[in-house]
Amino acid sequence: MNNKKRMIFTGMIVGILSVLLVIMGNPANMGICVACFIRDIAGSLGFHRASIVQYIRPEIIGFVLGSFIISKISGEFKTVSGSSPLLRFVISCFVMIGALVFLGCPLRMVLRIAGGDLNAIVGLFGFAAGIFYGTKFLRKGFTLGRSYKQKNIGGYILPLISVGLLALIIIKPSFIFISEKGPGSMFAPIMISLGAGLIVGVLSQKSRLCMVGGFRDLYLMRDFQLIIGFISILVTVLILNLILGNFNLSFVNQPAAHADGLWNFLGMFLTGFGSLLLGGCPLRQTILAGQGNLDSVITFLGLIMGSAIAHNFLMVGSTANGHIAVVIGIISLSLIACFNIEK
Amino acid sequence: MENKIIDVCGLSCPEPVIRVRKTLKNYDGEFKVISDQEVANENILRLSRKMGYECEIQKNDNKYELLIKKG
Repeated sequence: MNNKKRMIFTGMIVGILSVLLVIMGNPANMGICVACFIRDIAGSLGFHRASIVQYIRPEIIGFVLGSFIISKISGEFKTVSGSSPLLRFVISCFVMIGALVFLGCPLRMVLRIAGGDLNAIVGLFGFAAGIFYGTKFLRKGFTLGRSYKQKNIGGYILPLISVGLLALIIIKPSFIFISEKGPGSMFAPIMISLGAGLIVGVLSQKSRLCMVGGFRDLYLMRDFQLIIGFISILVTVLILNLILGNFNLSFVNQPAAHADGLWNFLGMFLTGFGSLLLGGCPLRQTILAGQGNLDSVITFLGLIMGSAIAHNFLMVGSTANGHIAVVIGIISLSLIACFNIEK
Repeated sequence: MENKIIDVCGLSCPEPVIRVRKTLKNYDGEFKVISDQEVANENILRLSRKMGYECEIQKNDNKYELLIKKG
């Protein structure tokens, strides 16, 4: 299968699984959302106490393990680190905050558009604008520096933690939190979620699926390879939603969404900009984390921290604190980008 | 003229491609790229073909050498 076909196929499968997961119990327009699901895991472990969004999402475990397994088989697993880990941690905190102001990662943004949520189209404009803004820094020579080969043991840590998380959600000890109402209480059966996550993890690792990369490569190189994945997911989910009667074209009454256009735009601007600086969207970072990239593991931990900050400091959705955080985020990331330009 | 070498090892996406593209725009001769990631190789290969260059990839221990020349 050539790269283009592989990307279309991956997009279709991600789309089909996203719809299937909603049918099996996940929240509407949230079959897969990397930001929401990492946030749910953070809540389940007690890093934040928003009682409606606490659940250890097996999909995320599947992404990590799927990527880990396939990269071990293909020989692509390699433990590397050293590319500005602390800056990546800070950037990813803001990526998560931006996503939670909008209410979804770039992948959920696509699912929301395919469900008829017009607020997500506003988010898409912000996302594309944030990436475009970031490419200006890339053209000038922005870099977070090189990563270097490390001992393999480091690369096994996140997959091992993922296995531990899977054990926790199967055993459900009393010290983890599981929502009794709200989005966190809506989930597909564990093995279905895990299976879907594993499939997405394997396919995304092989195809290099990345929501940010699509727009970035289009701007920078007029290259359509990655945007094809984005379009493939959108078209697949749109068709399935139309068939199943889940398409509701409007700004209002959308599941887990708000209609504040400016902050939908700026939230995703921040997420797009930050993800561009990191070199990939939250999904891509999770996949890279599974194949031994410790800088992406740090990014993953930053996403967890960002979600805890966002919920503990009441920044989720269109709130005053969220607005302040997004503005601080855009300024901070711009400064980081400026100070990391190599001539 | 001595062959130019670009080292893109350890760089995040899309920096390897940006560096190679810059060279393709400003340099006419053959040049070599040293890479350590398959994803960078795929992207550089795609870019070179698109810009009318040939790209040969050889594996050397844990690294790759990409020889890029006018097609």
